[in-house]
Amino acid sequence: MNRLRDPGLRNRHAVALHALPDLPVDGFRNIVLDAVNAGWRLISFFGMPEAAVDTRLIAVLADDANGQLGAAMTVVEEAYPALTPDCPQAHAFEREIAEQCAVRPSGHPWLKPLRRHAPDHRPRHSSAQVLDPETYPFFRVEGEEVHEVAVGPVHAGIIEPGHFRFQAHGEEVLFLEIMLGYQHRGVETLLETVDPARAVLVAESIAGDTVIGHAGAHCGAIEALARSRKSPRAQSIRGIALELERLANHIGDLGAIAGDIAFQPAAAFFGRMRGECLNLLLTLSGNRYGRGLVRPGGVNFDLPPGMADEMAGRLHRLLDEIQPVARMMFSNGAVQARLEGVGAITREQCLESGFVGPVARSCEITRDVRHDHPYGIFRFVHIPVALAWGGDVHARAQVRWLEVQRSLEFVTEQLTALPRGELRVSCGALRPAELVVALQEGWRGEIVHAVVTDDSGAIRRHKVTDPSFHNWTALALALPGNQISDFPLCNKSFNLSYAGHDL
Amino acid sequence: MFDFLRVLLRQGRRTLAFPGGAVELPERFRGLPVLDVNDCGAPQPLPSLLPSATSDGRPAIDVGACLFTPEEAACTAAGRVAYSRDYRLASSTRDGLIATSGEIERAQSLDAAARRLFGRSLRLRSVVAGSCGGCEAELVALGNVVFDLGRFGVQFVASPRHADGIVITGAFSRNMQGALAATYEATPPPRIVIAVGACAIAGGPFHGSSEVGHEALTGVPIDLYVPGCPPHPLTMLDGLLRLLGRLPAERTAQHV
Repeated sequence: MNRLRDPGLRNRHAVALHALPDLPVDGFRNIVLDAVNAGWRLISFFGMPEAAVDTRLIAVLADDANGQLGAAMTVVEEAYPALTPDCPQAHAFEREIAEQCAVRPSGHPWLKPLRRHAPDHRPRHSSAQVLDPETYPFFRVEGEEVHEVAVGPVHAGIIEPGHFRFQAHGEEVLFLEIMLGYQHRGVETLLETVDPARAVLVAESIAGDTVIGHAGAHCGAIEALARSRKSPRAQSIRGIALELERLANHIGDLGAIAGDIAFQPAAAFFGRMRGECLNLLLTLSGNRYGRGLVRPGGVNFDLPPGMADEMAGRLHRLLDEIQPVARMMFSNGAVQARLEGVGAITREQCLESGFVGPVARSCEITRDVRHDHPYGIFRFVHIPVALAWGGDVHARAQVRWLEVQRSLEFVTEQLTALPRGELRVSCGALRPAELVVALQEGWRGEIVHAVVTDDSGAIRRHKVTDPSFHNWTALALALPGNQISDFPLCNKSFNLSYAGHDL
Repeated sequence: MFDFLRVLLRQGRRTLAFPGGAVELPERFRGLPVLDVNDCGAPQPLPSLLPSATSDGRPAIDVGACLFTPEEAACTAAGRVAYSRDYRLASSTRDGLIATSGEIERAQSLDAAARRLFGRSLRLRSVVAGSCGGCEAELVALGNVVFDLGRFGVQFVASPRHADGIVITGAFSRNMQGALAATYEATPPPRIVIAVGACAIAGGPFHGSSEVGHEALTGVPIDLYVPGCPPHPLTMLDGLLRLLGRLPAERTAQHV
């Protein structure tokens, strides 16, 4: 493992590209697979064009226990032996590489389009295409009494588009396959080509409910490459915004889960209280989702004492109002009966597939970027990791409720004692030929922005991995054995981002 | 049972008086951008919002393309752009969003025949065609107890067959072309089309990407444009009520 540790790659700490182990394909596979077998986690794996016909593959791994990262590279032409058969964590990454770079991971057990678009990170002189975006072979179960149910892309409610293909026997789901790509907007290409002032706007818009999460990771990567150090005040304001975002979404999710089991009072109350959190972001940044706040070098808006007092008062009132509602919901026998045992995944499935966020934490996996790879304000303030057991809808709801309470505590505390410092420092030129990996604990889980600069300091590759990239698989694994009518409930208990996945 | 009643009492009634009463948005809220043509020194480049010349040569702001970022409020060659706190941004036409010196043409109500059909009962189908999810989140918020869209007879339905119109969000991604066209075709006429958000109007933060701008509804008239990124629920509500002729008389005057 030393070859992985030696370059000293850490969250938001850039290293020279040439310092990373650059190996022939066999050596690359071995170093990655050995690391995963030793407990490292594959957090990013992507390709970028190298010269006229080659593709450079970079795998980024995390040693969560020690707060370290590692990366290895190799150069391939048209194909390479897939990692997935030995490392299930790689399965979606390798489909992505096949689609973006037109490089075939030979032996991949389920090579299918991921976002259904033509290659956009293919070497200059390559016209290869490994996958046909128009051909998606759905898994089918044959049998006289088996039927197939297709849902989407346009769904019943106001929700992003995605396609769900069920194989069902009566009410019981035998298999769920999820086909996405409808929200593909070309985010990575934009991030790699537009000017920096526009790039942060694109980053804010990767997933509209995760503005602070993605903007923070994007800016974290840029700041590391520019060796720009934010002030403590800016770090605190970013932390407050990130936790307000977490609060708004978790409270909204509790309301949505209540709505799906027809527990209307909680649905109505949580729905309103979600709005209170959005209105706090509106007060701070002028936008209910925090757009316009996070910028390279710091933040655009200050949090003066008068505003801090006002916000603290509103949060105090919120805590007062939300506790009885949560108590009413979680202590209700009918609610428990509807949530327990539904949509369960196992701890083993989480570890094997690399799930992140509350999904993993609802299987008692202590996995949280704020804890494992602390950055910004989280180096100084530790929010206890929220865990639950059972991996079912109930556990995922419980983790959210725990995190609501902890984030309320964190924000209230920060508001009473904001540190001093400039709002925004300058963010100059980016160092050439470096790799930086910026991790952020978004409210859905780990966000990864891996950025590589070229020899002139321009952005060569900007790889975005939303937590939903991993966790959509969790929904597919959770449904079999459940009633198909529980699909909306299960879906809401995961609340994955279509846009975050599709980019 | 009594616990529930206690909670209910504590939560109280939170529905806004809107369209009655005053609307008080926070100081930093970025509403209608206004162009002041007086010279303000050296111009700075804007990321996306550029005052563009209108056909008669007067400088103007395209509110439809505006992303409502702090950076778009700046000194430009045509003058200083600043945000007001005016949340009333919706227009009935695309051109109505091209504002000279801060005046957009606010949405007009549908004609009398359409108002008879939809004025007190409007069923809408949401179609998301390459969005970030933000506009949808605000559309969902419209249904909560604070904004309570239902009290105006407006409701989102689960099938285009049940709908009087579609609400489009997103920048028209390639992969949603077929589904968007099919949903529109499946909506029985008479039907209306509403475009919500900077992406649906002009591509939003994604304008220029080869993956968006794939028009699935060429030639289809759009009845309401709601700018924003995302539009505040009150902006959406104001637009919908104007379209249905449901805004009280004292609020429908063009510049009130």
